[in-house]
Amino acid sequence: MATLDWRIRRIAQSVFTVWAVLTLSFALIRMMPGNPMGAMVAQLESQGVDPVRARQLVELRMSVDPTKPIPIAYVEYMGSMLQGDLGVSTYYAQPVAEILAQAMPWTLFVLSWSLFISFFIGISVGALMAYWEGGKLDVGMTSWAILMGSIPFYVMAILLLIFCSYRFGWFPTSGRAPTGVPAGVNWPYIKGIVHHAALPVMSMLVASGIASLGMRGNSIRVLGSDYLRVAHLRGLSDVTISTQYVARNAVLPMYTTLLISIGEMFGGSIVLEKVFQYQGLGYYLFSAFNQRDYPLMMGGFMVITVAVVIALLLADMTYGLVDPRAGGQHSETY
Amino acid sequence: MKRTESPFDDWEGREESDADGSAEDGAGADGATTGGDAMADGGAVGSPFEVVSQYEETRRDRYRKLFDAYVYAPISIIWRDWRARIGFTIVLAYVLMGTVGTVIVPPTEVVEGPALAQPFQHWEYPLGTDDMGRDLFAQTVHATQEMLKMITAGALFTVTMGTVVGAVAGYKGGMVDTVLSSITDICINIPGLPLVMVLVLLLPIGGNPYVIGIILCIAAWGGLARAIRSQVLTLRQESFVEASRAMGIPTRRIVFKEIVPHLMPFVVINLTNASRRVIFEAAALYYLGVLPFEDLNWGATLNLAQTGQAHVRPQALHWFLVPMVAIIFISIGLILLGQSLDRVFNPRVRARHEKTTSDAGDDAEEESTTNPDVMGGGL
Repeated sequence: MATLDWRIRRIAQSVFTVWAVLTLSFALIRMMPGNPMGAMVAQLESQGVDPVRARQLVELRMSVDPTKPIPIAYVEYMGSMLQGDLGVSTYYAQPVAEILAQAMPWTLFVLSWSLFISFFIGISVGALMAYWEGGKLDVGMTSWAILMGSIPFYVMAILLLIFCSYRFGWFPTSGRAPTGVPAGVNWPYIKGIVHHAALPVMSMLVASGIASLGMRGNSIRVLGSDYLRVAHLRGLSDVTISTQYVARNAVLPMYTTLLISIGEMFGGSIVLEKVFQYQGLGYYLFSAFNQRDYPLMMGGFMVITVAVVIALLLADMTYGLVDPRAGGQHSETY
Repeated sequence: MKRTESPFDDWEGREESDADGSAEDGAGADGATTGGDAMADGGAVGSPFEVVSQYEETRRDRYRKLFDAYVYAPISIIWRDWRARIGFTIVLAYVLMGTVGTVIVPPTEVVEGPALAQPFQHWEYPLGTDDMGRDLFAQTVHATQEMLKMITAGALFTVTMGTVVGAVAGYKGGMVDTVLSSITDICINIPGLPLVMVLVLLLPIGGNPYVIGIILCIAAWGGLARAIRSQVLTLRQESFVEASRAMGIPTRRIVFKEIVPHLMPFVVINLTNASRRVIFEAAALYYLGVLPFEDLNWGATLNLAQTGQAHVRPQALHWFLVPMVAIIFISIGLILLGQSLDRVFNPRVRARHEKTTSDAGDDAEEESTTNPDVMGGGL
C-alpha cells in the first residue's frame, strides 16, 4: 500500500510540474518586454495589413488575446495546450505541434545513442580504473577522463566538425539525412542517417569522462567497505565478488547520474544541433529564439520539459526494480 | 562538551593522535563513564575529577585546533596530492590573470597587428590575432575577469540556495517542506538551458556578469537542495541535534550552526561543479549569440570565429583554439580541485590511500563513524 501511495504521489507531482511549466510559459508570454504582440501587429501594419486584421492574425498565432482578462485568457490557453494546440509558428507558418512532432525523433535518436555509448564507456573505464587503482593505467586513464570531462561537448563538436568534416571530409558537415535518397527503410538512407548522426553522437562522448570518474569513485568506495572484507573471508571467488558485490553496488548511483543527464542533454541539444545544423528539436528551438517565434519557442520549451519530466518519472518508477533497497517510501533517486 | 561535531574530527584527531589535546577529549569521556569502576578497583584510571583537571584548553589552544582542523590539515593533505597541486595552481593562475593580468596586459584594439597572425610567431601578440588584427592573448586575459565574476555569482547562488532551501525543508518538515520541495522539484525538472535562454531574452540583463551568473544557475540549485534535504532528514535524528532542540536553541541556529557544518564537504565539492557549469553554459550562450556582448570573452571569441568562417580557413584555426584552451584549462583546474577536495573530505577514500597513518582498528572505526552518503553525491 505504501508503495502505491508513493507512486500516485510521484505521478501527481509530475503532473503538477508540467502544469507549473505551462503556467510559467503563459506568464512569460504575458511578461515579455516591449510587448511582442504589439510589435508583431506593428510589423504587419507596416506591411500594409489592415490594423484589425493584423491584430486578429497575431492573436491567432500567439493563441493569446491581449484584450481578454487574464484569467479567461489563461483558461483558454491551458485548454488549447491540453488539446495539443500549441499555436502556429510565426516563422515557419506551420502548426507548432507538427514541426515539433517531426523534429522530435531525430533528437531522441542522437540523444539515446549518446547516452548509451557514453555511459557504457564511462562505467567500464571507471570500473577498470578502480580495479587497478594507483597503477599506471589508473593514472593514465584518470588524466584522460579529467581531460574529457573538461571539454564542453560543443567545443568537441566544433573540433570534430573542423577536422572530420571540413578538413578530411569523412562526415557530412550539416543536416540529418542524405539528400537525393528516398526516405524509408533502405540501406543508403539508413547509412546516410547514421553518417549524419555520427559526429553529434561522438561529441557527446565527452560526458563519459565525468561518468567514469564517478564510477571510479563509487567503486573505490565499495572496495573499501566491510562487507567485501567479509566476502573475502568467506572465501567467495573473485568473480562473484566483483560482479555481485562491487559492480552492483557501484553502478546503482550511476543510474541517478544517468537520469539527471537526460535532462541536461535535452537542454544541450540546442547547442549541439546548432553546431551541426541537425534539424531536431534543439535546432527548431534555437531558430525560434532567433526569429523571436514565441509560439514555437514556448512549444519547444514545453515539449522538452514534458519529455524530461516523463523520463525522470519513468526512471523513478523503475529505480525500485534496479535497486530493491530503494522500494517504498525512501525511493528518492535524485 | 562544547566541541562542534565536524567531519574533520574523525581523522583530524587521529592525525595528531596523543600529542595533542584532542585525544584527551575521548579519554575524558571514558573516564566519566567508567569512573565508578575505576574507583572500586582503586586502579590507575583515576577519578573523573582528576581527568578533567588534566585537560585544560585555553582560548589559544582552541584557535590552534580549529586552525589545524580547517586550514592546516586540509592544505597539507591537498599539497601532498599532485592533482590538488595542479588544480590549485591552474585556478590561481586564472585568478591572477583576471586581477593582476588585466592591469599588466593592455586591452586589445582593432588592427593592433596583422589579420590572423599565427601564434608563437611575434612577441607583441604571442597567441596570434583574429581577422581584425586583435591580439588573442589580450582577449583571453581580459575575458577572465568577467568570467570569474560570473563563476563567483553563479556558484555562490547555487550553493546558498541549495543549502538553505534543502536544509530548511529537511529540518522543518510539514508544510514548509512540501512547498520548498515542490519548488525544488520544478527546478530539477525544468531543463536548464532553454529556461536560461528564455530568461535572457525576457529580462533586461545588460552585460552585468553577476546577474548572468545567477541566471545560468537558476535551474541548477535544485539537485543540491534535494541532496542536502535528504542528508538533513537523517541528521535531524542524531542525538546532538535532539540535544540542541531539548536545550531550546532556536531552529535557525540548529540548522546553520549544527547541521550545515556537517554538509560542508558536499557543499564545497558542489561549488566546483557549479563553477564548471557556469563556464560551460556562459561560453555556450555567448557562442550561440544568445547573450549580448560588448567586451570580448571566450564564448564571444568563439562566436566571432564561427561567423568569421574560421572553421573552413586552415590558417584561422588558432582563433578557435585559443578560447577553447582557455575554457578547457580552467575546467581541468576545477575538476582536479573538486577531486582532491573529495579526497580531503572523504575519510574513507583517504584511509585507503594513507594506510601508513592508521592501523586496521582505526580504519574500521573510521568507517563506522562516517556517513558515506554525505560525501557520496559529488557528480
